[in-house]
Amino acid sequence: MKITIEGLTKKFGEVVAVKDFDAVIEKGQLVCLLGPSGCGKSTMLYMLAGTEAATSGKIYFDDEDVTYMAPEDRGVGLVFQNYALYPHMTVLQNICFPLEIQKVPKAERIARAKEIAKLVQIDDYLHRKPSQLSGGQQQRVAIARALVKKPRLLLLDEPLSNLDARLRLVMREEIRRIQQETKVTTIFVTHDQEEAMSISDVILLMKDGEEQQSDAPQAIYDNPANAFTANFLGVPAINNIYGIVKDGKFHTHDGSAVIEHEACKKVPEGKKVSFAIRPEAIELAKDKANFKAYLVHTYAMGKEELSYMTVGTTEIRGYLPNGTEIEKEYNIHLRNKGVFIFDEETGERYA
Amino acid sequence: MKLDMFKKKDKEPKVKFTKKWEPFVFLLPFAIGVTIFTIYPLFNVIFMSFKENFVLLTGKYSSLGFGNFEHVMQDRYFIQGMQNTFKYVLVVIPISTCISIIIATLLNNKIKFMPFFQTAYFLPMVTSATAVGLAWKYMFHYQYGVVNYLLGLVGINPIAWLTDVSSNFTALCVYGVWNMLPFTIVLLLSGLQNIDKLYYTAARVDGASTLRIFFRITVPMLLPTIFLTMVVNSISAFKVFHELFPLWSGQPGIAYNLFTVVYYIFYQFRGLTPPQYGRAAAAAVILFIVIFIFTRIQILIQKKFNN
Repeated sequence: MKITIEGLTKKFGEVVAVKDFDAVIEKGQLVCLLGPSGCGKSTMLYMLAGTEAATSGKIYFDDEDVTYMAPEDRGVGLVFQNYALYPHMTVLQNICFPLEIQKVPKAERIARAKEIAKLVQIDDYLHRKPSQLSGGQQQRVAIARALVKKPRLLLLDEPLSNLDARLRLVMREEIRRIQQETKVTTIFVTHDQEEAMSISDVILLMKDGEEQQSDAPQAIYDNPANAFTANFLGVPAINNIYGIVKDGKFHTHDGSAVIEHEACKKVPEGKKVSFAIRPEAIELAKDKANFKAYLVHTYAMGKEELSYMTVGTTEIRGYLPNGTEIEKEYNIHLRNKGVFIFDEETGERYA
Repeated sequence: MKLDMFKKKDKEPKVKFTKKWEPFVFLLPFAIGVTIFTIYPLFNVIFMSFKENFVLLTGKYSSLGFGNFEHVMQDRYFIQGMQNTFKYVLVVIPISTCISIIIATLLNNKIKFMPFFQTAYFLPMVTSATAVGLAWKYMFHYQYGVVNYLLGLVGINPIAWLTDVSSNFTALCVYGVWNMLPFTIVLLLSGLQNIDKLYYTAARVDGASTLRIFFRITVPMLLPTIFLTMVVNSISAFKVFHELFPLWSGQPGIAYNLFTVVYYIFYQFRGLTPPQYGRAAAAAVILFIVIFIFTRIQILIQKKFNN
């Protein structure tokens, strides 16, 4: 099902949680609502579910206006952050509950529940209580309960935040697999950029209730719309060096370093900017150097070394070949990909 | 040498004698109080129940044995008391529990004038049962009572609540239920507030009606608290006495028709000359055993239910 969001706004009293939000989500996509906590992403999700009423704007499921439709009529499956499995019911009863409400005959109910349980691989635990399951298994039950009524849209609120690191990796692959098998349009909320990058078709990046950028994960990473987007995606985080562009060169504010780069041409002279470099864009210069950096410390990472360097007074991180000697100055060359210049105040991108 | 080092570590460190007994010293003042005022009387009642023709002031008794129990078990007032007590428990507990669940659920919703309703429902808990009982005595009055007035509004003929033998038990139960509500509601309300609102949201997204949510989610999740209130309330209902006392000015019903076990105990040393302390104690021991068995059964049922 295609979802169209037009000028959606949600206010809690004076506080604006979601501001004039536009988005189109294509049928069968796995879309991630990503943003720091308090950015309005969960509010967005609950407005789609219908448990929060929109202040203004419209939501369309295909061509149907569902903005003021009751949650139960929307045909959405919702998975909560802490799963909200009914503790007094067994796994089977939990999965059957939505069908029980729809007055599906008992035999069919159980058959459908078992089928979906097989899909999420919890069919061995049908007669256990939720308290007897591990976090990952509870998560699977919650997904099964949301999927059993064949929803048009599956919504997941921070589905992996209650799991330990290892299980999180397993479950995010699982969510991807289940989504691919059922082909249900899925929206999930997270504040973990790695999670979002790894499984989603499209990321909707939000900040302070406003959309920052929406695109395929790699496209956002390679081509961030503004400083916030560039800073939010990527581990280790992008390096920011603050300064101004003078005579076609970048000078840090304290004048301790100069960077020569062709991107500087696109910046108005004298503007306060941040020169942003992704760690993987840094390499040792063979002939042409962009700037000089002093290597402070390295951490072995196997293939390469994660290196802490200083450019003038600013500390940056990058990857250098194994065995690079520390406490020495090097000429650094920047690769084409992963170098951006943003306005220091507005975050607007120049290059 | 190295091995010795590990062995030493395994040895339990010696705790000084004073350190070991320190906690008991702190417990002592309270333990003395409990021993004098709870444990001693408790066992004394049990001993007393075996002493026939026991006189409290002199401490003399004619013989030891089961004579008191034999007499009590055959006493028609005790049998009547046991019957009334059981009837009272079986009527009052289910009714008060059901009403409390409904009121607590309503109070748990966001409604206007909430503090007013909360205060109104909890008021009986902080008022004297005897004073309120006297108020109920007038509310039950045949001619001027508000109960009969309200019944008159819906076209029901006045009932002689307190002065007609056949209505006495109903009057006692009405007052008993009312008296039991506040404590039960407080407990249930705290139980309700422990249920995560998320369960309701989840059920609502799936399209569950309010009634279905109530029966399939609220009540099952409240069940542990419901069982708790039922056990505690049953124990207090078995000891029904102060509900009875003000309604008939100290008489068990208008024609001595509403004996309860505790009233019978009271009667043994207040209503008789000479006072029958031994028999009173025997009746108390029997009541203790009955309550014990009843509570065990309730807990067994609860365990069955949980599995």
